[in-house]
Amino acid sequence: MELVETSNHAETLNNSQSPRRLRSASWADPAFEWLTRVFAFVVFSLLVAILASLVVGSQVTLQKYGFSFIWSSDWDPVKERFGALVPIYGTIVTSLIAMLIGVPVSFGIALFLTELSPAWLKRPLGTAIELLAAIPSIIYGMWGLFVFAPLFQEHVQPALVNTLGAVPFFGALFAGPSIGIGMLTAGLILSIMVIPFIAAVMRDVFEIVPPMLKESAYGLGATTWEVVWRVVLPYTKVGVIGGVMLGLGRALGETMAVTFVIGNAHHLAVSLNAPGNSIASALANEFTEAVGDIYFSALIELGLILFLITTIVLALAKLLLMRLARREGTRT
Amino acid sequence: MSAVMQNPSAIHPGNRLYRSRKRVNVILLIVSGLAIAFGLFWLVWILGTLLYEGGNALAHATLYYQMTPPPGADGGLANAIAGSLVMVAAGTLLGTPIGVLAGTYLAEYGRHGWLAGATRFLNDVLLSAPSIVIGLFVYSVYVARVKHFSAWAGAFALALLVIPVVVRTTDDMLKLVPHTLREAAMALGCPSWKMIVFVTYRAARTGILTGILLAVARISGETAPLLFTALNNQFWSNNMNAPMANLPVVIFQFAMSPYEDWHRLAWGGAALITLAVLVLNILARALFRRTD
Amino acid sequence: METSTAAKLAARPAIHTSMREGRAADAVAPSELKAKLRINRLNFYYGGFHALKNITMDIPERKVTAFIGPSGCGKSTLLRTFNRMYALYPDQRAEGEILMDGENLVTTKQDVSLIRAKIGMVFQKPTPFPMSIYDNIAFGVRLFESLSKRDMDERVEWALGRAAIWNEVKDKLSQSGQSLSGGQQQRLCIARGIAIKPEVLLLDEPCSALDPISTAKVEELIHELKTDYTVVIVTHNMQQAARVSDYTAYMYLGELIEYDVTDTIFIKPKKAATEDYITGRFG
Repeated sequence: MELVETSNHAETLNNSQSPRRLRSASWADPAFEWLTRVFAFVVFSLLVAILASLVVGSQVTLQKYGFSFIWSSDWDPVKERFGALVPIYGTIVTSLIAMLIGVPVSFGIALFLTELSPAWLKRPLGTAIELLAAIPSIIYGMWGLFVFAPLFQEHVQPALVNTLGAVPFFGALFAGPSIGIGMLTAGLILSIMVIPFIAAVMRDVFEIVPPMLKESAYGLGATTWEVVWRVVLPYTKVGVIGGVMLGLGRALGETMAVTFVIGNAHHLAVSLNAPGNSIASALANEFTEAVGDIYFSALIELGLILFLITTIVLALAKLLLMRLARREGTRT
Repeated sequence: MSAVMQNPSAIHPGNRLYRSRKRVNVILLIVSGLAIAFGLFWLVWILGTLLYEGGNALAHATLYYQMTPPPGADGGLANAIAGSLVMVAAGTLLGTPIGVLAGTYLAEYGRHGWLAGATRFLNDVLLSAPSIVIGLFVYSVYVARVKHFSAWAGAFALALLVIPVVVRTTDDMLKLVPHTLREAAMALGCPSWKMIVFVTYRAARTGILTGILLAVARISGETAPLLFTALNNQFWSNNMNAPMANLPVVIFQFAMSPYEDWHRLAWGGAALITLAVLVLNILARALFRRTD
Repeated sequence: METSTAAKLAARPAIHTSMREGRAADAVAPSELKAKLRINRLNFYYGGFHALKNITMDIPERKVTAFIGPSGCGKSTLLRTFNRMYALYPDQRAEGEILMDGENLVTTKQDVSLIRAKIGMVFQKPTPFPMSIYDNIAFGVRLFESLSKRDMDERVEWALGRAAIWNEVKDKLSQSGQSLSGGQQQRLCIARGIAIKPEVLLLDEPCSALDPISTAKVEELIHELKTDYTVVIVTHNMQQAARVSDYTAYMYLGELIEYDVTDTIFIKPKKAATEDYITGRFG
């Protein structure tokens, strides 16, 4: 299993011990280290175990459909024909909407917190944003369904349909009846959810820019916006991208906020106003009702796809953030 | 030298480029202020809604001692509250030791070898992984095997969510303990394990506790992992080996239903969870700030 | 004592004696020259801490003035008041007068970015922006002038030439500014500062992060720059001040102790405190 390794502590100890102490240390120290190593290994293997169990659980549909599962838009539990296209589409579209709105807003918030906010306001504002991140997603879902969706349906959606919906080509995205729930609503709620995460990472990354660098730009007569846009952002771009991908990872896997408002319809539509499905919402809605091996396997395969997508995105994010940390280390 | 070099200084208030830059600056700074107002707006609206809709239910004592009712009948959330408390506690008790010990390995013993770096990386990925997939995992390896839903399965799933948080904070907090403290203990002839347990843990205890609190706050509001593990239970249950009521799944079920009184209870439950989560977060924050 | 300072002065590298000879001719007291910056009863506070106490001095135009003194004496603080860099930090404030062309920089309602563009600054560590060498120079110019590509190329070449680095980078203008060596980066920053043609150039310990060869190059550069710019340099290296500056101000604990022609300060200082510092009795 593990290479034989001597801990730093054990080495320094063995040289200066009385025989009595050596006796008690001789089994206690390695035992403790072994204990911690076992649990570290448990944690290490969790991800692999999850992946393995998902693969095993989706054997039936993996073998039955192969790759065609990904682009089939079937979803018929009665006839036992399944395809992942609709949930994948919904997952990607809602996450995309969340990113398109969430990233600029997060940037604005990070800018405000680092350059504009008076000192006394920084801590409370930062805390408020972090509290937004702490609110459980089921709350967002409920609020989205009972409060936001009806208002959206009555006041905002018709306006969108009339204005953006009238634009040729692009307008098809906003066509169709306004029912309040649907992919657009889900995307909007999701954006409010990811904003605190991305804003927090951006703010942390902006704050480690060396003051001398910013002062150099201010010293040339640059405005605050110019300093942030042309110096701070390029300097921190690796960390910013890492933070954005972290937010994307969260958005892709978000269940409850989306399930309440996405409409649970296994049906591919161009319009964002239409109801749809995301992988997580399909699982949440249907898993406990599923009957039959194929149905189960299809759902688990959906979970596998989601797991793979989010793991890749999160791993990339982590790599980027690690690169930033390493560069900062050599810099300072 | 060309005419460019001989130009009189362009640095004066009348410079047109300068003026348009100033305008752009003001506009974009206002936009950034709007961004933060945007964020705060939703926070206030959501919390306000919770207070308004759920506040009423929270004030009724029946919420706390009556069981979840069938539609149309009077009731409360007692079994759900109890079930949530039990499973959160069990999940925390299961996950914390694993997390703390693994985090200890990363911080104290992980200097050589590949395990520490790889574990840290995978742990951070796990931290943000979709919780519904965790639920799916527990279902596959446990629930499907024993062929019934149970509170233990729910606690297991919650433990899997606690572990990455605790590993991360334990690792970070232990790394902050100054080396001089460790060396002082060693210089007294203290064995390695005692030094870690009695000196390093002691020094980092506030930070580690903060991590545990944050983990508890996180799992208190999680619904997805409980959907296919603990399921739900209409009645009060003392049996950890059977489905157990819990707040998030009850809220989900009641909110998606067409019944008004179920909606009312769902808001009450939502307000309760949010209150618990916010209090835990503020506590963790206050605790952590005391260490600075 | 006179002998030891004279010995120290004699130990300076011969390459710089040309600078000294150039200066001997105009050994006029600073107050008798045309002043670019007139500082009058300037006080500066970091929160409650009184960092600069009633500083009064004139910075002569197109000369090099050095601020010297032990750590914490306020020389960098004083330098940074000139371009209102302290305005970026809420608990720092200045009171008094810094007059440039009749305008009091401390209280002026004029936009601070205009002031800063007229007063350039180079910092202790080289701070190239995360962009190409060309863009580093062009950044400042683009803030105030819309030049055609040809004019901008000319300006970039001029600035880099003036900073004595053109030959080293002319073939790699599109490479990142951060790919240069430390000494080159600092000269890049100087080039960036002069590209916008400021009136004053503030140098805050510009050579402290550089090797001796780069330091010598920068010092030569300073000697040339003073024909067009008023230069104020903060340095903890007394020999550098002696080599490079026309006028030197010795500061201690936030006060201006003595301010005079450089040779006077180093050979025959008027105050005992100055002499103690110069001869290395402390600090």
